[in-house]
Parts: sequence; structure tokens; C-alpha cells
Amino acid sequence: MTRLTRVITPESAEITLPDVDMSARLAGVTLPNPVMTASGCAGYGRELDQFFDITALGAVVTKSIMLQPRSGRPTPRMAETPGGMLNSIGLQGPGIEEFVDRDLRWLEERGARVVVSIAGGSADEYVRLAQRLRHSSAVTAIEVNISCPNVENRGLVFACDPVASSVVVEGVRRNSAPGTPVFAKLSPDVTDIVAIARACVDAGADGLSMINTLLGVVIDTETMRPHLGGVTGGLSGPAIRPVAVRAVWQVHQALPDIPIIGMGGIRTGADAFEFILAGASAVEVGTTVFNDPSAPLRVAYELQRLLGTRGFASLDDAVGHAHRSADQPT
Amino acid sequence: MTPVQTRGEVLSMRRVGQYHQLTLVAPGVAEQVRPGHFVAIAVGGETSAHLLRRAFSVYRTQDRGVYGGTVDIVFAEHGAGTRWLSHVRQHDVVDVVGPLGKPFALPKEPVTCTMVGGGYGSAPLFTLAEQLRERGCRVDFVLGAATESRLFGVLEAKRMSQSVAVTTEDGSLGDRGRVTDVLPGLLERTGADVVYACGPMGMLSAVADVAARFGAHSQCAVEEAMACGIGVCMTCVLPVVGDDGVTRMVRSCVDGPVFRGDRVRWSDVGTVPADTWGAPVSEGGH
Repeated sequence: MTRLTRVITPESAEITLPDVDMSARLAGVTLPNPVMTASGCAGYGRELDQFFDITALGAVVTKSIMLQPRSGRPTPRMAETPGGMLNSIGLQGPGIEEFVDRDLRWLEERGARVVVSIAGGSADEYVRLAQRLRHSSAVTAIEVNISCPNVENRGLVFACDPVASSVVVEGVRRNSAPGTPVFAKLSPDVTDIVAIARACVDAGADGLSMINTLLGVVIDTETMRPHLGGVTGGLSGPAIRPVAVRAVWQVHQALPDIPIIGMGGIRTGADAFEFILAGASAVEVGTTVFNDPSAPLRVAYELQRLLGTRGFASLDDAVGHAHRSADQPT
Repeated sequence: MTPVQTRGEVLSMRRVGQYHQLTLVAPGVAEQVRPGHFVAIAVGGETSAHLLRRAFSVYRTQDRGVYGGTVDIVFAEHGAGTRWLSHVRQHDVVDVVGPLGKPFALPKEPVTCTMVGGGYGSAPLFTLAEQLRERGCRVDFVLGAATESRLFGVLEAKRMSQSVAVTTEDGSLGDRGRVTDVLPGLLERTGADVVYACGPMGMLSAVADVAARFGAHSQCAVEEAMACGIGVCMTCVLPVVGDDGVTRMVRSCVDGPVFRGDRVRWSDVGTVPADTWGAPVSEGGH
């Protein structure tokens, strides 16, 4: 008989979960479970901690931080779309110094595991961000956001070009603490995501995060102009999930030994399970947080229950399971 | 105050003029609400394709004994989300998060206060007026809308204030025109110390301007488009001058929705002024 574990949900209800080893292994780092927040959808953790215990997550992935304070783009910054939304925030943030002194310190004191997402306008900026974080004990891993579509110069979306991607990733890897895994976050807006993934891995990325938002435009039919202040925005939410699962599937098939963090439209434990089956070792919950602020922990519990129901003793056993050949048993 | 997420049962739903008034059993939320707070409601059910919560300022709260506290909101049908909400019926369950935001600041002294509400934006002003009256403040109201059926709370305002001025753009009730047409005369007569306002951005901008001209402090609750309401999405920002004189793009959901009228850069809303903290250095923006 399956053993059950009792946990307290965000709504303070006591539920029982099947005894599945939920440990997520990510390039030398082991998280107690595979569910994290997605960058840009959870701030720096403080707001969501009002709704559930953020230390119960695999990790908190911070909103991408840059070297300097940044105002972001003019409003409107958001448009709701079927099963998702378009955002055009433009990487608003306090800059690395205030982030380290205030937000990262708070996360560390709170006892949360932290994946710091970094973004820069040049390869040198990424290097300096990595150097600033190198000696911080609060950093579990670094996610290199080379794929934010909300930048004025689309030529600066490094993840659209294998050479630009590898220059950034190589610089971050070289300047980060040896034991801190570096994950490159990729864009789906490319012809061949496997080629970009290979370039990042060859440049030293320990793992890959997939996917960032897709570039989109919404036109306001009343004003008959683009709805967003920044004109273009990044599409996220359940509407993009199959695109994300496809990206994880293709890259896991090509690079089966590289750990992948999957994200893109995860709303339920079953959604997260799809990513795991496609080859992700961990997942991030993003846009769904706007709909349900306690979603990340709920997804973690739902995933654990589903793994138990499907007969998995550990999360690890399910990673990439959808790739097994037709003559292999379930 | 700590916001909570709860599944609230609909106690009642009724029409008020062109608006809907929803009463929701929301224990844990209702008890914490202060005037100016808002709630964020998920629309369309658990598998809804409309992911973003809709934000509504709280009209009233009430303690209902064993049922716990209830929260009342007033809303208009603007789009698919509010249309869905207008169809909920008694005993339906709605996912609500609240209370959210910074409420109106209350004066310590028994000063003279003017409440200015545009359309159903007046909703949070009535409990505010009650609390001001309890503190010995004089309260006058100015309520405006495009037309009579879009006014909200005229009778209620009359019950709890020294005077009520009504304006409609089509002249169907009260003075033809806008709230700012009658506000200067009122401020002159009463010598109001504080103006509390809630309504569309254009109205708030004009009200803050009039208040400043008459030397009154203004407290404005803004209506910005929000995706989350809890401070994580960064979509509801506007340029506001801080205590240090520096303009920042601040979140109306957690740093507002109530702002000092003299601190919001009204004419720059929808832009990032060049002197904003972290504004783009080069041409072209972020």
C-alpha cells in the first residue's frame, strides 16, 4: 500500500499526499520539490508569502534584476488574451544593489531557496551581475534571462542568436560560484531552439529554462491602435503551454543529460506533469499566479498526487517518461 | 492587514441604476477592510480563459454573525469578466482576494471634508464619510456622472452629509456639467481641508488640481488596469513623486490605490517622464 504524507494547504486544510520522492535534481543542486515561481510573476517573494509559505516551494525565482534601477515601459502594460495575457513591463526593477541589500536579504532571512534571474543589455552587464552575486550565500542557482522580448532593440534578445547566447552564458558561468548552477532561459521565437540550446550548453550552461514569453501584439479596436504602451509584448499563460512542452520535448530529445526547468502556462499539477514527462526536471508557475496567488504550492501538491496515482515512486523516474519507445511498458 | 484568498458565497446580487451590487460572504476579508481598500475577484470559474482578476473597491462591509463578514462591491459591465460576474446568483461561489491596497488616510482632527465621486467610483466614499462623521468632521458630497442612471448613492450621501451637489453631463439630474464645475464654489463656501475623490483618471486629475488651488489636501483613489492586484505583475504603475522628491513608477495596487493628489503626475500618466527613477537614458525607451 502507498504511504501517505499529511500536509497543510494554503487554505489551512489538512490533506494527504502519496509518498513520492519529490526531490528535483538540477545540475548538482537538489530541491525538495520541483515547483518554483516563474520570473516576473512573483516579484521577490514577499507578496506571495502572504498567501502561502514560500519556503515550501522548490525555490523562488526572482523577477529579472539588472545592474541599474529601471523604470520599465509606459502603460498600458498588459492586455488579457484568450487563456493568457500580453505583458510589456520592460524589466522594471530596483537594480542589483538595492535588490541584494533588501530583497535577496529578506529571502535569505525568510529561509527560501532563491534562483536569481538576471538580465542585461550587454554581455558585460551579465558578467557584472554574476560577479555581484558570486559570493552571496542566498543564491541557489542563476537563471540567465537572455530572452525577454520587452526590450526596445530586438537585436538585444540574445536568445535569438546562438553566438550572442553563448557569449553571455560563457561570461556568467565563468564569473559565478563553481557550485552555483547557471540556467539559460530560452525564447521560443526562434527557428531551431535545439541549436540555441546546444550553443548555451557548449558555452557552459548547466541547464536550460524553457520558455520565455512569445512576442505578440494586441490592437485596440476602439482606438484602432496597438493596445500596449510598448506596442509589442510577451504572451504567456495556458495558451502557450503546448509551445512550451514542444520546446522541452525537442531539447530533451537532443540533449537528454541536460537538466531542464519547464515553464509556460502551467495552471495545474497535470500541466506540470506534462512538462516532467516531456523532459523537465523542475517547473515554474507564472501567469497563473495572477489568477490564483497560492497556485505554486497547489500545483506542487497536485503534481505529487498525480505522480502517486501514476505509480511513480519518485519525480526522477517520471522525467522524460513520454520519450520511452512504443515497446517499453508504462 | 494581511490579504487573504477565500472562496466567498454570493449572498445577494441586485441592480442599482445601471450598476450591479454584489454582496459576498468573505470572512477574513470583511473584518480587515478600511475605506479605500479593494478586492480582486477571479472571473469565469476554475477553467476560465480570463485569467486576470478584476479589482473592485469595497462599498460596504457588514458583520453577519455566524455567517461571518460580508463585502459589498458595485460594478458596471465593461467586458467579458464583469459580464460573467453580473450573472452570478445567490449561493454561487466566487474566488476573492482582499483586502488589498492602501486605504484613505483619516484626519486626526475634526476637519471639513469634501467627497467627490464619479459614477460608481463613489462606492468607497460612504463608509469613509461615516467614519469621518464619527470623528466630528463636516462632510459634503459632490457626485457626478454622464447621466442620472449612472449616479451612485445620491440618497445615501444625503443621509450622511451637510450637503450634496449632483452634476450630470446631460443635465438629467442636478447641474449640467462636471463635478469640477461645482467643486470650486463648494470648497470656497466650506473652506474644506481635505478632498477625498474616487473616479476616472481625468476627473481625479481635475479634482486634485482644484483642491490644490483652494489649499486643500487631496486623497485620490485611482482606477488603473491591474492583472494581479497583489503587487507582483507590475502592470498598474503610474508616475508618483515620493517624499524625497523623486518620481517613481509605483504600483497602484500596493502603493495605492489611494494617493495624495499633489503627488501623482496626472498629466504624465501613461508615460514614463524623463526624470523618473531608472528612466531610459537614451532615446527609444525600454
